[in-house]
Amino acid sequence: MLFDILSWAAVGLAFLAASTLLVSRDWRISLGALALQYFAAFWLITRHLPFAMGSVKLISGWMVVAILGMTRYNLGELDDDSRDSFFLRGAAFRFVLTAVAALVALGATPRIEAAIPGLGLPVIAGGLILVGAGVAHLGLTDDPLRVALGLLTLISGFEILYAAVESAILVAGLLALINLGLGLSGAYLLLAGSVPFAEEGEEFA
Amino acid sequence: MSAPILWIAVPFIAGVLILFFFREEYVAYLGGAAATALALIAFVIPIDAALLLGGISIKIAPSVEVFGRSFSLPAADAPLLTMIYGSAALWFFGAKVSRSAHRFVALGLIICALLTASIAVEPFLYAALLLEIAAMLTIPLLAPLYQKPSRGVIRFLVYQTLAMPFILFSGWLLAGAEASPADVNAAIQSGLLALMGFAFLFSVFPLYSWIPQIMEETAPYAAGFLLWALPTFTAIFALGFFERYIWLLNTPQIAAAILFSGVLMTASGGLFAAAQRHLGRIFGYAVVAEVGLILVALGLHSSESANLVFLIVLPRSLELSVYALALSVVKGAAYRLSFDDVKGLIRKYPIAVGALIVAHLSLAGFPLLAGFPSRLALWRELSAQSLTAAFWVFFGMAGLIVAAARALSALVAADDDAKWQINESWIQSLMLGLGVLGIFILGMFPQMLAPFLANLPQLFERLAQ
Repeated sequence: MLFDILSWAAVGLAFLAASTLLVSRDWRISLGALALQYFAAFWLITRHLPFAMGSVKLISGWMVVAILGMTRYNLGELDDDSRDSFFLRGAAFRFVLTAVAALVALGATPRIEAAIPGLGLPVIAGGLILVGAGVAHLGLTDDPLRVALGLLTLISGFEILYAAVESAILVAGLLALINLGLGLSGAYLLLAGSVPFAEEGEEFA
Repeated sequence: MSAPILWIAVPFIAGVLILFFFREEYVAYLGGAAATALALIAFVIPIDAALLLGGISIKIAPSVEVFGRSFSLPAADAPLLTMIYGSAALWFFGAKVSRSAHRFVALGLIICALLTASIAVEPFLYAALLLEIAAMLTIPLLAPLYQKPSRGVIRFLVYQTLAMPFILFSGWLLAGAEASPADVNAAIQSGLLALMGFAFLFSVFPLYSWIPQIMEETAPYAAGFLLWALPTFTAIFALGFFERYIWLLNTPQIAAAILFSGVLMTASGGLFAAAQRHLGRIFGYAVVAEVGLILVALGLHSSESANLVFLIVLPRSLELSVYALALSVVKGAAYRLSFDDVKGLIRKYPIAVGALIVAHLSLAGFPLLAGFPSRLALWRELSAQSLTAAFWVFFGMAGLIVAAARALSALVAADDDAKWQINESWIQSLMLGLGVLGIFILGMFPQMLAPFLANLPQLFERLAQ
């Protein structure tokens, strides 16, 4: 019973973090929300995987937060909207979008539980909310940091669901590597354009 | 020594060493030599069989265990390994000419190692994870640090990442569907998920928008390597997937969906290529049309599917490397690749322009060139099943030929008093010349591919039945 309550609390935390990620324009708040999101995902993953394997995902997730945070911090203050082609900029719209994704997820949860028994309602709900929020995020922006955050959110949701059906250590390791890779790719894309041509010493061909 | 260590760990480590410890001027030769050596070993030394060299007995074990899962490269994979590392050697030697060798060769070796691991891993569905890691490693090749990342690069990363969850979940659902064959819904859901995953991996219509964008905005040689490597390994992965779940291909709707996607890609790729005024974008759409042909071969519902896929895949490394190298030389001269910028360039760079047109015509299936035998065989099989589909594939190929004619008209539009010069370096001329020669030889003597084609489809016995 207590575990169920805590699991639903983790689902709530995941929703809160995903909404904050989508609504907030401040990268510090966004990365804080991403760290919280990894904690919620960790709790839901450990419903099916051993604590140690869940910890790997939590640690790799927090490493990603650190990578993105350090990169963004070193870039100083940028015009965050400079690349963003997002034309519906209102925070209210973004929150409603996350809420719609969450409602769709909660609506689909019992059906999936009926089709694939044993996953657990909170696990399905948490996973689907993050997948939905990630897809919504990716649909709104092409800013490298925001795209990385969207992809990481989507993969977190997928990991929650996939952990319930696949417990191989190799998969856990490769998924952790993919999380780190997405973080590093995001950091690289953030840095791209900030180094003068001569410094990198490459030709354009 | 085991095969996965030799063809996965060794190139991976070599790539890391090159990235950190070697200087620019040697890396193309080093990477090319390493890839050639790996291809030759795969060609000469049998896997899982003792070979006596003087008094020494050598045996390459076929598999190795990592975290409780197996990476296996049996003897039947040897032609595949020869093809992979032989093609990689072509790209790495060419990198010297394209003047982007260091990062390209190092990351290229690591990417080849990961993609080879995607063929070797058991259960094979984990390949989706390795393909994703390889895709992420291409990001530094596509987006140099001095240049803001293009939308195409970001879109590429998003689409490749979206493919992975679909493939992994479909694999899990397919196992359930096989356990209860009466459950039609489970079969449909798993089939749809698999198709979605492959749609992202193959970048089917309309998900290929990133390809022309990347070709317009990034270095053509690196982008060309990406467009060679990922579709080639995805095709091999798809063959393995459908070999394992052959009942998916035996479902008429699924086979028709794959065929239709391929026809749509080929027809739209050809049509859009004909409408472009940028050489890079034309290259991108030509690749789209060619990937469409691979899908057509997969969806044919014929015992020749695997043969046809390999007949398309084998020469494409040569075609794409020559094409990308020629584009790279042209871009070095004109800076941009729009028709206005490359006007009349044939008088200054005749070898590069000639190679570019020959490689493009080969992709379009022009007679006597390397792409022709595969297109001819595909048309023969396809027309027996659907004349409409064959017409649209022909339409796509015709679009590519129109694109070649338009590109040529821009490239030859020089002033009357402009003099003919050869501005390519001797090594550029040599590599482009050899490449063009290879395209003609493979077109006129396609039986040279027979030793590979005889063995490769054996990997997919159920598809060949």
